[in-house]
Amino acid sequence: MSDNILEVKQLVKRFGGLVAVDHLDYELPRGSICSIIGPNGAGKTSFFNCLTGFYSIDEGDVIFDVYSLKGLEPFQVTRLGIARTFQNIRLFGNMTAIENIMVGQEPHLHSSWIGTILGTPGTRREEQMVEEEARRLLRFVGLRGKGDMLAKNLPYGDQRRLEIGRALASKPKLLLLDEPTAGMNPAETLQTTQFIQRLRDELGITILLIEHDMKVVMGISEKVTVLDYGKKLAEGTPEEIQNDPRVIEAYLGRGAAQMMAEAA
Amino acid sequence: MHENRTLDWRPLLRAGLLAGIVPLYTAAIGMVEVFNAREVVQGLLTLGEMLVIFPSLVVGYLVALGLRRSGSNPLVTLASALIAGFIAALPVTLLVLINAAIPLRGMFVSVTPKLIEILLFEQEQMLTGLALLIGALTLAGGLGGLAAFIPDRFRRALIVSLVVVILSGLLSEFIKQILQQFISRSLLKQIVKGKSLTSQAAAAIFVVTYLVSLFWSTKGQDVKSWYAGLPAAQQRQSRRVWRGILGIFLLLLPWIMGPYLSEVIDNVGLYVIMGLGLNIAVGWAGLLDLGYVTNFAVGAYITGVLISTGPLGIGARLGIDPLNFWMIIPIAILAAMFTGFVFALPVLRMRGDYLAIATLGFGEIIRLLALSDWLKPYIGGAQGILFISKPDLPGLAELLPLADWAPGFVELAQKKGVLSGLLKLLFYGEFSGPQELYYVILAGALLVLFVALRLNNSRTGRQWMAMREDEDAASAVGIDITLTKVLAFTVSAASGGLAGAIFASKVGTIFPNSFSLLVSINVLSLIIIGGMGSIPGIVVGALALIGLPELLREFSEFRLLLYGALLVVMMLVRPEGLWPSPVIRREMAAVEEESEEPPPTDKGTPETPQALHSLWEPTD
Amino acid sequence: MRARLYRLNWVDVVLNTFRIVIIVAVIVGAFNTITSGKYTGDQWVSLIMSGLAQGSIYALIALGYTLVYGILLMINFAHGEVFMAGAYTAYFLATYSARKGWLESQPLLTILSWILLAALVSMGVAVLLERVAYRPLRGAPRLVPLITAIGASFFLQYTFKGLYGSAFRTYPEVAALKGSVEMGGAQIPVVQIFVFLAAVVLMVGLYWIVEKTKRGKAMRAVSENKEVARLMGIDIDKVIVFTFMLGGALAGAAGVINGLYRPQGVNFFMGFFPGIKAFTAAVLGGIGNVPGAFLGGILLGVIESLGPNLVLDGLGIPAANQLKDVIAFTMLVLVLIFRPQGILGERLAEKRA
Ligand SMILES: Nc1ncnc2c1ncn2[C@@H]1O[C@H](COP(=O)(O)OP(=O)(O)OP(=O)(O)O)[C@@H](O)[C@H]1O
Ligand SMILES: [Mg+2]
Repeated sequence: MSDNILEVKQLVKRFGGLVAVDHLDYELPRGSICSIIGPNGAGKTSFFNCLTGFYSIDEGDVIFDVYSLKGLEPFQVTRLGIARTFQNIRLFGNMTAIENIMVGQEPHLHSSWIGTILGTPGTRREEQMVEEEARRLLRFVGLRGKGDMLAKNLPYGDQRRLEIGRALASKPKLLLLDEPTAGMNPAETLQTTQFIQRLRDELGITILLIEHDMKVVMGISEKVTVLDYGKKLAEGTPEEIQNDPRVIEAYLGRGAAQMMAEAA
Repeated sequence: MHENRTLDWRPLLRAGLLAGIVPLYTAAIGMVEVFNAREVVQGLLTLGEMLVIFPSLVVGYLVALGLRRSGSNPLVTLASALIAGFIAALPVTLLVLINAAIPLRGMFVSVTPKLIEILLFEQEQMLTGLALLIGALTLAGGLGGLAAFIPDRFRRALIVSLVVVILSGLLSEFIKQILQQFISRSLLKQIVKGKSLTSQAAAAIFVVTYLVSLFWSTKGQDVKSWYAGLPAAQQRQSRRVWRGILGIFLLLLPWIMGPYLSEVIDNVGLYVIMGLGLNIAVGWAGLLDLGYVTNFAVGAYITGVLISTGPLGIGARLGIDPLNFWMIIPIAILAAMFTGFVFALPVLRMRGDYLAIATLGFGEIIRLLALSDWLKPYIGGAQGILFISKPDLPGLAELLPLADWAPGFVELAQKKGVLSGLLKLLFYGEFSGPQELYYVILAGALLVLFVALRLNNSRTGRQWMAMREDEDAASAVGIDITLTKVLAFTVSAASGGLAGAIFASKVGTIFPNSFSLLVSINVLSLIIIGGMGSIPGIVVGALALIGLPELLREFSEFRLLLYGALLVVMMLVRPEGLWPSPVIRREMAAVEEESEEPPPTDKGTPETPQALHSLWEPTD
Repeated sequence: MRARLYRLNWVDVVLNTFRIVIIVAVIVGAFNTITSGKYTGDQWVSLIMSGLAQGSIYALIALGYTLVYGILLMINFAHGEVFMAGAYTAYFLATYSARKGWLESQPLLTILSWILLAALVSMGVAVLLERVAYRPLRGAPRLVPLITAIGASFFLQYTFKGLYGSAFRTYPEVAALKGSVEMGGAQIPVVQIFVFLAAVVLMVGLYWIVEKTKRGKAMRAVSENKEVARLMGIDIDKVIVFTFMLGGALAGAAGVINGLYRPQGVNFFMGFFPGIKAFTAAVLGGIGNVPGAFLGGILLGVIESLGPNLVLDGLGIPAANQLKDVIAFTMLVLVLIFRPQGILGERLAEKRA
């Protein structure tokens, strides 16, 4: 087993003429928190979708632990131990918060529909455990007491948390977060940042996040990768990235980069 | 705020004309005439007249209510209501006038002389009739307007009791059927005469419901809080008592209702069975299956072939003894599940709306095949399968020498009466008529209900719902969408097969035309109108959509019209249905139990490390 | 170390087996029929021609589905009833004008007046439908308007049953369309040629409207992207109403043309099957695609007309003509399974997550 939990080799994803992910190589060290940044439309979400089986991989390969993810469907990827959240929150709106988390435990459940109808002891025990576990997770993501609310009725910040809770319910080894702090105020952002840090520190989950908020990225990432037009533009520690003129250029355009350079 | 003293014409015109469309439309499609045959209160009001007058009443009320809320002058308000009622009379007046000039009947077949007579309140003279018509509608508008002035509490009681009177008037035939088993004929005549309530009965019902609902509106809260205040054990006990009463009621129902109404209840029951099944696909898994009749047909035809004693049964064809009904049930269920499975495969990859149309296609293909000469040697083509036997069980009389032990009992079973029917069934075990078959259907419905309740609140149920809510997110949490979909179709089909088997044995003969698209539409409508995904909603939906039209034969002519209208209206105003499914409370109870812990922190700060680590304790 | 999870997708296996079975059945059936020599060349020609005529009626109805789908992405399930409304209403004018002798003296004008009336009625029904049943539900989940449409479909059927009665009516005979012409040895009824030509004319007219007029351009803009169209100052509601009007008018016209071709069977239920078949045609050609609808209609008509004799007969199925509708429904299912984007449609993009 290598030290990298994820190895991406020459990954390509095309949409017609558009190359959303362009021969991307990527390595994610086990137990780290890493970030991907890049301007809008850089292909970050597409990259996640390729990892999680939502998009078919056109070329290249993705190795998770020892498994190749190429050709797997999303649910298989999740069962291998990768959980994700979505950029635009996608909860099960007409189910309660606690039910969302109960569904999230899917990869670890065994009971069958026949067992359910017959009411076998195993099924009952599992159901009870699922519920307890869900309650615990609710508390863990700070939603205690809101479990019986329909997910669609929760406030925005709670929805983001619930989505992370649902992802955690599958006990992932790797957690992919797509802009987890989007739309949050500074206080909430800080909490979320700390929360992510603790997920890694105390649970040992490897975390890969897409983020636009530089404070978050710079605060917690060990490695930052910049994507632009589906290609890797730069990679390094937060400090290295912050001072890389190519990155500034990608974000602000050429003129701005020159101005910054002149000003410096 | 200054009072509004002027009439506002434009909204009045709109409201009035909108209300006027109802009498015009119902008259033109023949509803008024057909409904006129049913008197609600004897000699006073027919259902047809209600269709003409009621819209004015309602529009008058609504207009006046709106104006009162915006603080208009009472006189203006009342005048507006009258005018709205008047305007509502215009479209139908126009119909009468045009028909007098050019007879419309050649095209609009429902504009009959009889209809015109009804609209003119049986007046010889057209002018007097028209004056009466316009006058009545205007007055109705005014009355509605007056109702807006009654204080809230009294008004609500008034509306409730009016609705109750009208409903009992509509159902008076049904009330009569029940009452005639218990009270004397002369007393019955005082209450129901012909097909309608007598006026004194209507008045009595009105007064009683008015008082009751008034009482409830003042004291209802107290009663509820008194009940909530009872200790938990006592509450549980009272619930148990209620359940017991319900159980006894369900057991005796066919003998209370009599044979005709039992037939109706049987049909409702069959649709409850199918509704609970289709609900799995539509309500829970979000798969709009328009071909549910396929499963029903498979269940019925399997039953037909395997237990018919006619030429198409296996007895005649293969020389095997026909199976008995009870053995057929699991076979029919499995066969339907297999069909559900097979038809699920092609639609797995389809988008929701395409899936709906494709399943509709399956249903039609099956019906056309059943009709065709190609399969006629096996399933009888258009003539169908005849001589399907009814279920029977060894009765007590066959098992025990009852006649020797207690001849009195056996004699009792021969008599008429509530208990003797039940006794007879027990002694001889023959499910020959609707009253006896009721028990088969009840058992089937309870079985399906049990399964549905178990699945609803389980891993499988949650997989379905997650898939319904968001397929992508569901697969992202590890749900195998393919399997989940197939399972939904398969399990959902089971109860179609069960209903089909019971149906075949109940009617004794099956034809392809009993398995048209309309069955699918009926089941779908009752689910949607009752409340998608809601188990009590399905029972309510079946009672309203299947039971009511059978009780009111006038309605049955317009049944699909009403279903269609209800589907549209429901989607527009109340997409969650009449009785939406309740949210299952899982957390509150637990949170209350452990209330010594700190209250929920709104900050979202990750909590104690214990909580964190407890998360990772192995669950198995 | 590296491992791969292989998984044979069993759904694909099943579907492909299904596909192969169908193809083999079609080939075997056709081969048997042709080698048996049961039908002459003329018979095939006349089958194809009647398929073309029937298909062009499907095509006209299909256009309504396609136009609405292109703009609202919804299946207007009640479109068959829009067709029925026009056809049934115009029937009364038709019998009246036949009785008055106008049909004898001025056949073309009279038929045009029927078409006009039918188009107007259908247009009215379609617009009403949009206003009452669909507009309030824009933006609701996809299945909601579909359910409404199913409800509306039954509502309309039984409304017209109430209005015009449940009897089966028959369009008057048009003397001018009687007789037949010879084509390649086969006798082709004039009415079939008329139907086909009328459909082509209407189709070209529609194409012109969509491609060349300002309204048509607005329609296309809305179907590309509603938001952008709105920003460009296009009144979306107006465009949608216009779309329903166009679809309705074509369906009404199709109603009369249908009445000329198959005079019997005018009834409140007459729209249901043609509606579903036209939907099949629209999907077959590529829903949202105007020429596709026409192509799909014609294709479906021909397949439906040839299928029973060519394939089912050859498979030894008795009374194959009873199964004409089964062929149409099977086509529907096959298209939805194997080529939901249709013949002229493009592959739908991968879902975004
Ligand atoms: N399903 C799809 N079909 C067609 N094009 C797509 C699809 N998904 C993504 N794209 C295109 O691929 C490119 C990359 O999109 P992607 O969503 O990955 O960007 P992103 O980096 O996540 O941007 P953002 O910061 O806005 O979230 C974009 O040009 C987008 O339009
Ligand atoms: Mg993105």
